[in-house]
Amino acid sequence: MAQRRKKKLGNLQAIIGSIPMISVAVGVYVICIIYSITLSFTSSRLFPKFNFVGLKQYERLWGSPRWQISVENIWLFGFLLIAFTLIVGYLLAVFMDQRIKQEGLFRTIFLYPFAMSLVVTGLVWQWVLDPNLGVQSAMANWGFEWFKFAPLVNPETAIYGVIIAGVWQGTGVTMAILLAGIRGIDEDIWKASKVDGIPAWRTYFSIVLPMMKGAVATAFVLQCVSVVRVYDLIVAITNGGPGIATQMPAVFVIEHISIRQNAGVGMAAATLMLLPIIILLGGRGIIQWRAAKIEKEYEKKMLQASAEVS
Amino acid sequence: MSEEKPESSGNEPRGPKPRKISPARIGVYAFLIISAIFFTLPLWVMLMTSLKTMPEIRMGYLFNWPQEISFDAWVKAWDTACTGRDCNGLKPGFWNSVKITVPSTILSIVIAAINGYALSFWRFKGSNFFFGLLLFGAFVPYQVVIYPLIIAFREIGIFATLPGIIILHSIFGMPILTLLFRNFFGSLPMDLFKAARIDGAGFWQIFFWIMLPMSVPISIVAVILQVTGIWNDFLFGSVFAGRANMPMTVQLNNIVTTTTGIREYNVNMAATILSAAVPLVVYFVSGKWFVRGIAAGAVKG
Amino acid sequence: MENISVSIKDLSLRFGRIEVLNSMNLEIKQGEFLVLLGPSGCGKSTLLNCIAGLLDVSDGQIFIEGKNVTWEEPKDRGIGMVFQSYALYPQMSVEKNLSFGLRVAGMKKPEIEERVKRAAEILQIEPLLNRKPVELSGGQRQRVAIGRALVRDVDVFLFDEPLSNLDAKLRSELRVEIKLLHQKLSNTMIYVTHDQIEALTLADRVAVMKGGVIQQLDDPTTIYEKPVNLFVAGFMGSPSMNFLHGEVIEKQGNQSVSFKGIEIPIRSYPSINGIKTGTKVILGARPEYIKIDEKEEGTVGPFEAVVEVYEPMGADSIVWILLGGKEISVRVAAGKRYTPEEKISVYFKIPSVSIFDAATEQRL
Repeated sequence: MAQRRKKKLGNLQAIIGSIPMISVAVGVYVICIIYSITLSFTSSRLFPKFNFVGLKQYERLWGSPRWQISVENIWLFGFLLIAFTLIVGYLLAVFMDQRIKQEGLFRTIFLYPFAMSLVVTGLVWQWVLDPNLGVQSAMANWGFEWFKFAPLVNPETAIYGVIIAGVWQGTGVTMAILLAGIRGIDEDIWKASKVDGIPAWRTYFSIVLPMMKGAVATAFVLQCVSVVRVYDLIVAITNGGPGIATQMPAVFVIEHISIRQNAGVGMAAATLMLLPIIILLGGRGIIQWRAAKIEKEYEKKMLQASAEVS
Repeated sequence: MSEEKPESSGNEPRGPKPRKISPARIGVYAFLIISAIFFTLPLWVMLMTSLKTMPEIRMGYLFNWPQEISFDAWVKAWDTACTGRDCNGLKPGFWNSVKITVPSTILSIVIAAINGYALSFWRFKGSNFFFGLLLFGAFVPYQVVIYPLIIAFREIGIFATLPGIIILHSIFGMPILTLLFRNFFGSLPMDLFKAARIDGAGFWQIFFWIMLPMSVPISIVAVILQVTGIWNDFLFGSVFAGRANMPMTVQLNNIVTTTTGIREYNVNMAATILSAAVPLVVYFVSGKWFVRGIAAGAVKG
Repeated sequence: MENISVSIKDLSLRFGRIEVLNSMNLEIKQGEFLVLLGPSGCGKSTLLNCIAGLLDVSDGQIFIEGKNVTWEEPKDRGIGMVFQSYALYPQMSVEKNLSFGLRVAGMKKPEIEERVKRAAEILQIEPLLNRKPVELSGGQRQRVAIGRALVRDVDVFLFDEPLSNLDAKLRSELRVEIKLLHQKLSNTMIYVTHDQIEALTLADRVAVMKGGVIQQLDDPTTIYEKPVNLFVAGFMGSPSMNFLHGEVIEKQGNQSVSFKGIEIPIRSYPSINGIKTGTKVILGARPEYIKIDEKEEGTVGPFEAVVEVYEPMGADSIVWILLGGKEISVRVAAGKRYTPEEKISVYFKIPSVSIFDAATEQRL
């Protein structure tokens, strides 16, 4: 009895200790989200107002070229950034796995951009890509006048300049995660493929890569989250310009709740930002659920198989 | 050592296989070195620009070593560079960042350690549900919750104050750090906990006497993660800190984008390096721990 | 000479300063089942990896089927290998696992199908060909792993502790399966293990290794009954051999080992070159060559002893006794019971014991 009471007491302490967690989980991730979604149906300006206007803010949102360009940009930015960081990251990881001399040095070099603020990343690349004094002029001074590379000042190409900065910042992390995945593969698999006479590149792509789905998924999700959140980089590198060429949803929302004093539209945009994350998490959930189901079927089959054979 | 020629007796293969430098190997190094150059160039440019004088910068040799090394830009960036009307350089921003980062790091880690401990050993009804919500939070774009939080903080009266920004960082550090500590405590043997229970220790006693001393390594990972994360933050600092507590990143952006007068690229780059210095030092000193922090922070399913 | 399958000449392997294999020489006959046995870190797996070509040797040569393969790639050595974790490619079906190496090598499709079919028949895994490795039991996985070596039509099979990940019951089942397979295929097989039961049951010859050196290379019976040195004697057998440290004395022309005041006559011991009186020796007696209360042909005794612990093991029992203050294990038939503190007399079966020089630890 005393034991039981003590356990109860411990549980009470545990609940007390978890109050910050519970209040953040509920307060921020339930109430705040619901509040934001609710406001997206109102005509709130700088301060919240609860006069509902239906889907009007969403209509305004989709009618605004600023938002349309934001959405276009984030798809382009997201697709290219994720594709680049994953492909180049995996290539780098594979090459780093070749018993390289100075592996530590290379790792340090590839990863340090990730340690720095995205503001720093943005400002540095803004400077490097400066049309008058940046890489273009340096190359011209070295005698390569044909070399034209100043994407940030042209609305058509500015987003690609941003992507370069993003790739520079994010590839190292992807490499580190994927390299850890490669190193986690059973040593015997390598030996077996050598005995089978399978060339190393083939082993990396046909055997090792499918075996490290976990690491790939981790890197993928990490990049997805950073794409949806991208704000600092844009503010620092182009501040959304030239014009509105490099607008992004995250910048759009902040501008609407602060300078533009139009929280209703801002919250409509924020609600839409939540969608891809929910789809991503939902998709992952379904995949996991299906994997669990398939595993159960495997077990059944396995039992049958062992019965058949023996 | 491995390049050593084998002593061959006759023509028979004997001893280690002679190693040839294959084209594939040259290719591997070439790819790595070219990538390394791409990754180091911006740092190089930053440094070189910050050491040059403005006339030299205007000549447009971005990558060249400065003809004459000058630290004036660094001094100016730290002490007198202007953001709008104020001309105090980055110095106040640096101290603001320290004032924000230190308490935020400590607070968020303490809370997360307790959370992780409770989630691993003292599961109560609904604890995993709350944890699930929190994990979901790790993926939620900040923009979705930022406006309600502004309103709430304003109501409580901590908007644009130092405590406000500290609490905010603790809130947003919680999902990842809780996951980090839960995974760590979850890897400890349950028997250890049971033994302590049998010895009569309670929730806080077990936490302080047994779990906390064991969680030093994971706490180091957490400190690295938080110090770099909070120091590098821009969004929260610009929205929640208020003018008086503006962190270094925000001030940096203001200095660089201040349009009045001529743009002093050397000062801008010196300011950029100064802002990146703290996380870079943390990164270079911590080395492998940093990588471990990323791996732990990259939410695993 | 022509029926030598694998031949190793002066093989050395160093990692930096650490010498893992020390100028080793070994010849394995065609169709032989050789077991490399030893504690972890003795170099047995390293040796196997050298034979497979997975490790570059520091010195020496390796011949397989008369061909010098020292510098050859693993795939060109005519070997197949079965790993501890089996190392099946998880995302490929059994059929793909078996055929992947052949497809990469560019073999014609009908030929591949033919080989896979034959291997599947031999291993009786035809119903499993479309399954993925996760859907297989431990035993089935092992068969697929062997099948992967089988389709490559190799001369030599290498096994790297294939059973050590499994539970005891499955282990003994699969052991029998490997033995049957060897009887059926009659390939040369080299098998690494730290499990002495596996070694004794499977091997034609056992090489007991320690510190990168083969201590003894013999058939299992000789290894067990006539270990060449103290290490082999102590490593083989469970419970391990009893070691009595003593000195050889001589009385009226008859030698005995004096051990804590007890004199054990060793006249019937088949020594190699005779034993000098006065030598410090270690008398090693396996638990089954010590008898309690029963005098047999060739035994010496009685010696007074006290029962300490009685351990019934099912098929037989182990009695731990104190002889002259030293703890000794004795194997007795299952029916006999002893109680602690019981006074008994023991007899040594001298023709079956081993005597080692205490200084060199070599068999005398």
